[in-house]
Amino acid sequence: MGATAVTATPKSEPAATDADIVLRGVTKRFGDLTAVDALDLSIPRGSFFALLGPSGCGKTTTLRMIGGFEDPTEGTVLLGGQDVTDLPPFKRDVNTVFQSYALFPHLDVQRNVAFGLERRKLSKHAVRERVAQVLELTQLTGMEKRKPNQLSGGQQQRVALARALVNRPRALLLDEPLGALDLRLRRQLQIELKRIQTDVGLTFVHVTHDQEEAMTLADEIAVMSEGRIEQRGSATDLYETPRTQFVANFLGLSNLIDARLTGRDPRYATYETHDGATVRAPSELARDGAVRLGVRPEKLEILTEQPEGMNVLRGRVEVAAFLGVSLQYVVRTPGGEELTVIEQNRAGANGGTVGPGRDVLLAWRPEHPFVVDKETEHAG
Amino acid sequence: MKRPVRDWLLGLWSVAALVYLFIPIVVVAAFSFNDPAGRFNLEWAGFTLEHWQRPFAVEGLGTAFRNSLLIAAISTALAVLLGTFMALALVRYRFVGRGPTDFFVFLPLATPEVVLGAALLGLFITMGVATGFVTVVIAHTMFNVAYVVVTIKARLQGMDTHLEEAAADLGANEWTAFRKVTLPLIAPGLAAAALLSFALSVDDFVITNFTAGQTSTFPLFIYGAARQGVPPQVNVLATILLLAVLGLMALNVLAQRRRARADGAAVEPARIAVQPGLAQ
Ligand SMILES: Nc1ncnc2c1ncn2[C@@H]1O[C@H](COP(=O)(O)OP(=O)(O)O)[C@@H](O)[C@H]1O
Ligand SMILES: [Mg+2]
Repeated sequence: MGATAVTATPKSEPAATDADIVLRGVTKRFGDLTAVDALDLSIPRGSFFALLGPSGCGKTTTLRMIGGFEDPTEGTVLLGGQDVTDLPPFKRDVNTVFQSYALFPHLDVQRNVAFGLERRKLSKHAVRERVAQVLELTQLTGMEKRKPNQLSGGQQQRVALARALVNRPRALLLDEPLGALDLRLRRQLQIELKRIQTDVGLTFVHVTHDQEEAMTLADEIAVMSEGRIEQRGSATDLYETPRTQFVANFLGLSNLIDARLTGRDPRYATYETHDGATVRAPSELARDGAVRLGVRPEKLEILTEQPEGMNVLRGRVEVAAFLGVSLQYVVRTPGGEELTVIEQNRAGANGGTVGPGRDVLLAWRPEHPFVVDKETEHAG
Repeated sequence: MKRPVRDWLLGLWSVAALVYLFIPIVVVAAFSFNDPAGRFNLEWAGFTLEHWQRPFAVEGLGTAFRNSLLIAAISTALAVLLGTFMALALVRYRFVGRGPTDFFVFLPLATPEVVLGAALLGLFITMGVATGFVTVVIAHTMFNVAYVVVTIKARLQGMDTHLEEAAADLGANEWTAFRKVTLPLIAPGLAAAALLSFALSVDDFVITNFTAGQTSTFPLFIYGAARQGVPPQVNVLATILLLAVLGLMALNVLAQRRRARADGAAVEPARIAVQPGLAQ
C-alpha cells in the first residue's frame, strides 16, 4: 500500500469541504519513471471535470489511483473527506468506465448492468427496476438480452456507462470513454454524456486527450503535462488566458512572440518585441523577464492601413489557404516569426486579395493577448 | 486445369493419412467382437457378443480398469485445482520465485517420461514411501498439473485484465470477482484441460510402471497380458474408453459452438489433442 506517513495534514483545508475528490501530494512512480508528480487536485461535487493532456502524461494513472487500482507512491486520496488511500476498489464509492469498456463477455446487457447492484444486498425486484431505469436513460431498452459482442461500439460504450451509473456512486471516472469511436459517433455521444450528467447530477471525472471534447463537456478542465497539472479553469479561461506555453499550444493554436516588459499603466502593460515593435497587453497579466506574448489566430486582422489603438506588427504573407469557412494565412514578421491568422470567409468569391508575397499589417486589440513565461522548447 | 488435379491429390492424400490413423483403432474395435480360437486374439474366428456382455470376465482386468479410472479422476481433480490457482498466480501476480516457478512447471512436459518415472521411483525409495496407488496418483497429478497450467495460463493471458478490475470496481472482492468473472471465462479452458489430463492419466504406461508397485492399471494389465495373448475383453474396454473420449470431445465442441453462436461470434473451439487411451 502507498506510503501514507506524510499525511498528518488536518482535514480542514478549505478545498476539502465542497470537494468530492481530493488528491494531496499524490505521486506515482513506476521504477524510475514518475507518472504522476506531487499532484494536488480537488474536484467539486456535481461537476463535470475533465483531465486533459497528451498521451502518456499520467491521466489514466491519476484516475486509477482515485479508483483504487494503483497505490500512490506518496500522498493521500480522499473521497468525500474520507481518506481512502489504503482501500481496495471494491470498498470505494466511485465507479469507472474503462477505456476498453471491460464489459463481461459472458453476461448479457442486463446482467452486466446488474453486476454492481447484485454485489449489494438488494432485492431482485429493486435490481430489475433500477437496471430498467438506467437502460432507459442510456437508450438501451430492448438490448437486455444481448451479449456485449452483439453490440456496436457506441452501444458497448453506453452499456459501460449504464453499468457504472446504476450504482449511483459518489463519482464516475471515465477514461477516454469515447476514444474508440469514430468522430461522428463521438460528437453524438458527447452531447448525450453531457445530458446524462446533467440529469443525474453526479460528479464526472472525464479523462481525454481531445481538447475539443474537454471544452464541449466540462465545467472545469485541468490540463496535465508530465505528471503535473499545468493549469485548471473553465474552457474560456484556458483558451483566452493560458498561463503556460504548454497550455497555449495544447488548447487550440497560438501565436507566440518573444517580448520584454517595458512599462505599465493601470490598464495596459507595454512590451517590446524582439524585432523592436511596441505592443500592449492587459496590465493584470504583466510579467517580468523573458516572456512570450500570445495571441490566437482568429484575433488577428490583416490590414493594409495603420489602425487606431491596436497592436500592430508588420509582416509578409507566406501562405494563403482557402478552407471554406475560413481563410488561413501564415505571415512572417521581420523578426522571423511565423504567425497564423484565421479570417472568417465573409467576402466570398470576391475575397482573396491578400496573396502570398504581399506586405501587410497584422493588428489585434490590446486586451486580447496573453502572456506566458518563455520556456526552452517544450512539447506542444 | 491445375487446381482440380491438385485438390484431388490433396483429398486422396488426406484419406490415406486418415486410413493410416484409423485402421489400428478400427481393428481394435472390430476384434472386440471376435471369438478367438486360441489364446491369441489375432485372427478372425467368428462373431460374438460374449465379451461385450461380460467385459470383466478376465481376472484382474476389472480391478486394473477401475484403478485407472480412479487414478485418472483423482489426479485430474487435483491437477485442475492446483493448476488453476498456479496459473492465476503466475499470470496475475508478481512474486519472488515467479520466474523459476514458471519455468519448472514446464519441466514435466519437456522431460522424457522414462527419466521422470525413474527419478520419481528413486525419490519414493529414498523417502521410504511404499509405491502403490497413492504414488501413482502423485506422479500423474504432477504431469497433469503441467498441462493444466499451460492451458489455463494461455486462457488467462488472453483475457482483458480490466475485466477483473471492473468486477472489483463494481464492488466484488477478489473471491467474488474470481467466481463471477474469471472462472466463467476460463471454464472452456478448464474443461479442455480436465479432459486432456484424464486421457493422459488413463493412457500413461511408463511413469505408472515405475511408481505403481503392486497396483495394476489398465495399461499395465495389458502389457502384462500381452505375452500370453491379450484377451478380447481388453478390446471391449479400449473401445468403450475410445467412445467415451470421443463423446466427451464431441460434447465439448458442441458446447463451444453453442456458446459461439449465443455470443454471435466465431469462437475457435479449443483444440485438444487427445490420444484415445489405447494401450501401446
Ligand atoms: N503499470 C505501469 N508500469 C510502468 N509504467 C507505466 C504503467 N502505467 C503507466 N505507466 C507509464 O506512466 C506514464 C503515464 O501513463 P498513463 O497514466 O497511462 O498516461 P495517459 O493516460 O495520460 O496516456 C506513461 O509513461 C506510461 O508508460
Ligand atoms: Mg490513458
